[in-house]
Amino acid sequence: MAHPTAAASRAPAPAVLALMALGLVLLVAVPVLNMLPPDSAFYLSDFSVVLVGKYLTYAMLALSIDLIWGYCGILSLGHGAFFTLGGYAMGMYLMRSIGTRGVYRDPILPDFMVFLNWKELPWYWYGFDHFAFAALMVVLVPGLLALGFGWLAFRSRITGVYFSIITQALTFALLLAFFRNDMGFGGNNGLTDFKDLLGFQLNLGSTRRAIYLASLIALVGTYVLCRWITRSKLGRVLIAIRDAESRVRFLGYSVTAYKLFVFTLSAMLAGIAGALYAPQVGIINPSEFSPANSIEAVIWVAVGGRGVLYGAVLGAFAVNGAKTWLTSSVPELWLFVLGGLFIVVTIALPRGLIGLIGLGGGAPRGLGLDRLLPRFTMPKPRRGDG
Amino acid sequence: MAEPILYLDGVNVSFDGFKALNELSLIVEMGELRTIIGPNGAGKTTMMDVVTGKTRPDTGTVLFKGSHDLTRLDEARIANLGIGRKFQKPTVFDSLTVFENLELALKAPRDPFAALRFKLIGAQRTRIEEILDLIGLTERAFELARILSHGQRQWLEIGMLLMQDPELLLVDEPVAGMTDQETEQTADLLRRIAGQRSVIVVEHDMEFVRALATKVTVLHEGSVLAEGPIDQVQANERVIEVYLGR
Repeated sequence: MAHPTAAASRAPAPAVLALMALGLVLLVAVPVLNMLPPDSAFYLSDFSVVLVGKYLTYAMLALSIDLIWGYCGILSLGHGAFFTLGGYAMGMYLMRSIGTRGVYRDPILPDFMVFLNWKELPWYWYGFDHFAFAALMVVLVPGLLALGFGWLAFRSRITGVYFSIITQALTFALLLAFFRNDMGFGGNNGLTDFKDLLGFQLNLGSTRRAIYLASLIALVGTYVLCRWITRSKLGRVLIAIRDAESRVRFLGYSVTAYKLFVFTLSAMLAGIAGALYAPQVGIINPSEFSPANSIEAVIWVAVGGRGVLYGAVLGAFAVNGAKTWLTSSVPELWLFVLGGLFIVVTIALPRGLIGLIGLGGGAPRGLGLDRLLPRFTMPKPRRGDG
Repeated sequence: MAEPILYLDGVNVSFDGFKALNELSLIVEMGELRTIIGPNGAGKTTMMDVVTGKTRPDTGTVLFKGSHDLTRLDEARIANLGIGRKFQKPTVFDSLTVFENLELALKAPRDPFAALRFKLIGAQRTRIEEILDLIGLTERAFELARILSHGQRQWLEIGMLLMQDPELLLVDEPVAGMTDQETEQTADLLRRIAGQRSVIVVEHDMEFVRALATKVTVLHEGSVLAEGPIDQVQANERVIEVYLGR
């Protein structure tokens, strides 16, 4: 009964599946090799575990961007905001777990509040001593922000570059707000000096490996979820919105509802990524809100290949791998490389690395990759042209 | 007598002082095939925008089946009431196959969560196949809409409208850019569609209007100039004046 819709032909090709399996084996190997004795030839340092673990959370962020940009044509240049909010929610739990082990030994107040001479915990820090509450906030805070922000923007039919610009403004506004000490999030130092997570000491190799594995599972879960969505009819509506938004509307679909759904979901996924990021790097501070971070995340997706889920993952690993290598060997070169990368990809490689190595999502008839070019559409005035 | 499917009375729309529609009044009966002609800027497209919710009139009444006030609803709600619209430029989803284009237009719950759980059932597949046959695209069902010819894209869009099963179909210049043969086929297609539903066609091509052989409404400067069979309209002094200049 199966009919060869494009959806069916979008199943990954054997080559892609093999590549994914190889990637997964390598990623699983990282914590395993870390458990070898340090003098073994195959030993991987704790530093490597944290580094690759960080990439895993970046890959999740890339997936969340690809879902809205590659499929629905919504270019968010502020997704770092949702990632960082998730990181802060986790950071608040980690801060409250420190308890009396802080410098000032206050059982309730984190060090920076004691330092500011605060006597009471602000109300918005309540509940963060419970992991379950913090975990809920990790998805709820970015999700609600995206829902409110998206509702205002999509209802007013703000699209294309205009939407991109206001998302930049959003993350910049959060950057400025979180820099202020009065906000109660540690000002420009952010949240740091974490001791343990769920009672496990963060500086132990076993805890690091566990967080790494949690990140890997979250990444795979995000991939499976995004794949399920993009292969459903909902996914086809998203692609239709990208291709011809007004036609979707005249077919009786509420474009606003679809965009809100996918934007909110994407923000929640970014929040989870941020929550896994914070305990691995051991700090979360306002610089994570910087607009450049969000743009960089979009570049990962563009480099990997937007509109193909594994392209986003590949892009996140490739660009961050290059960044780690370059910033340690020729640090002054990195920004030029990043900028150059964006220009080259935009002009010469619209399908990103995926297109370069000729993997078309297993699609016959050249499908799968040719639908990856969301257009910048100028918002049309609501009234007709007479 | 039954309620008219579409009732416009005293509709005014202006853009920055330009009156696109000026006290426009128009009635289309159930099951009617109506052609609307008029020079550029006569308000044909604006009229369609008003009916489909894209443009809100400044004043005036727009009723669908006598009871639905279209000036208060947005595009999606109006589409779900049973009004379909074909754009002047063929607008289909390039990155989806012909089949998927029709599937999206299929009558089914339109909210995101329903779309997530959607499974195509036998009767729906049969319906899509019927439409594919009607628009002559059965052979190309699983090809991307992007690679269709201009005429085929037009038919695909008409097919999508039929999938919606609308009671009123608005078709904006369906034969612009078509070959003679395609034009003939399109006229045939539209005549077959009318009868079960009402169709309003906006057109420039007089040959095509003749081929449709319907009641014609002539718009000029945002209001109705003349109405009647094509021969009568073409003989009308004022219509000749407007079309040929004085």
